[in-house]
Amino acid sequence: MSGMHRDRVGEKRRKKISAQRILQVIAVVLVNGYMAGFREGRIFAGRSKAFCVPVLNCYSCPGAIGACPIGALQTSIGSRRHFPFYVLGTLMLFGVILGRAVCGLLCPFGFIQDLLHKIPVPKCKVPIRIDRVARYIKYMVLVLAVFLIPALFVAEPGMIPPYFCKYICPAGTLEGGLPLMAANPLLRELAGALFTWKMLVLVLVLAASMLIHRPFCRYLCPLGAFYSLFNRFSFYQMHINRQACIGCRKCERSCPMEVEVTRDINSPECIRCGKCRAVCPTGAISAEFAGTRRALKHLDIE
Amino acid sequence: MQRDKEKTDFKAVRYGVFVISVLFIGIGIVNQEYWEVLQKAVRICLECIGIG
Repeated sequence: MSGMHRDRVGEKRRKKISAQRILQVIAVVLVNGYMAGFREGRIFAGRSKAFCVPVLNCYSCPGAIGACPIGALQTSIGSRRHFPFYVLGTLMLFGVILGRAVCGLLCPFGFIQDLLHKIPVPKCKVPIRIDRVARYIKYMVLVLAVFLIPALFVAEPGMIPPYFCKYICPAGTLEGGLPLMAANPLLRELAGALFTWKMLVLVLVLAASMLIHRPFCRYLCPLGAFYSLFNRFSFYQMHINRQACIGCRKCERSCPMEVEVTRDINSPECIRCGKCRAVCPTGAISAEFAGTRRALKHLDIE
Repeated sequence: MQRDKEKTDFKAVRYGVFVISVLFIGIGIVNQEYWEVLQKAVRICLECIGIG
């Protein structure tokens, strides 16, 4: 294949990536489309909030038109009235259809981290040994803060504070706390030690996002941990054509989540952002829904 | 080995999980669990925004 042809393939892939960026913007607008909330310092109270959005998006964000699945899951488990069929089923459905494509293509907080990482400051590479171990923290957050503590350690059923939201989630502070407090003086007066803690977590995550790509998604996000369980068998899958792969490993060098693309392309860490596909000089990498043999693959090569 | 791993057929798991998730949502709707979600989501969650 000629160099010019490869360049053309790369150019087409890059255009697809920009389309994915547009998808992130559309997702942000769709899940936070209640503009009056930002103006008036209140949250949306319509019936669409009975539905969980697939992404980590605080339901106390003034623009939010749906419920945060992690907040809803903690509430549902903490109520102890029933098994959380509705919320868990919704999360499983998103997971089995998209896997972590939700993180890479739709999540507003992931998008914010992507943008912050574009700020031109020196970037850090977390030592691989620390990185590999630290990635398990998000599973601990999922099991402990989202499932076990609400299920086992609440004295009074129905009175469960959402522990993850209360002590860890920086999205709630950024998307909910700050805009609401900016528009509502009463809430500003109520801010105390917890708000200081939440701001500290937020600032740390945002600062780390400039240095490391998506630190919250890598190490802390329980929703990412949940969806990662579906990555290997979700309908939406990444594929690598071994015949077309020339083993240059450009894909691995470009992967923001440091996935070993040529070895394990549907790794639980893959957020399906498509950067590997964009840089592949032979178009060996494709993404498709299971069962469809559409042709992102090899169209330009064969 | 890796190629074999990639070739592993996840079809049954995929469709199985899909059916279970739709079933869960159906049971949740019958149980009216969405009201619980709605009630939580339409009030400002003070813990979530850092007020407590």
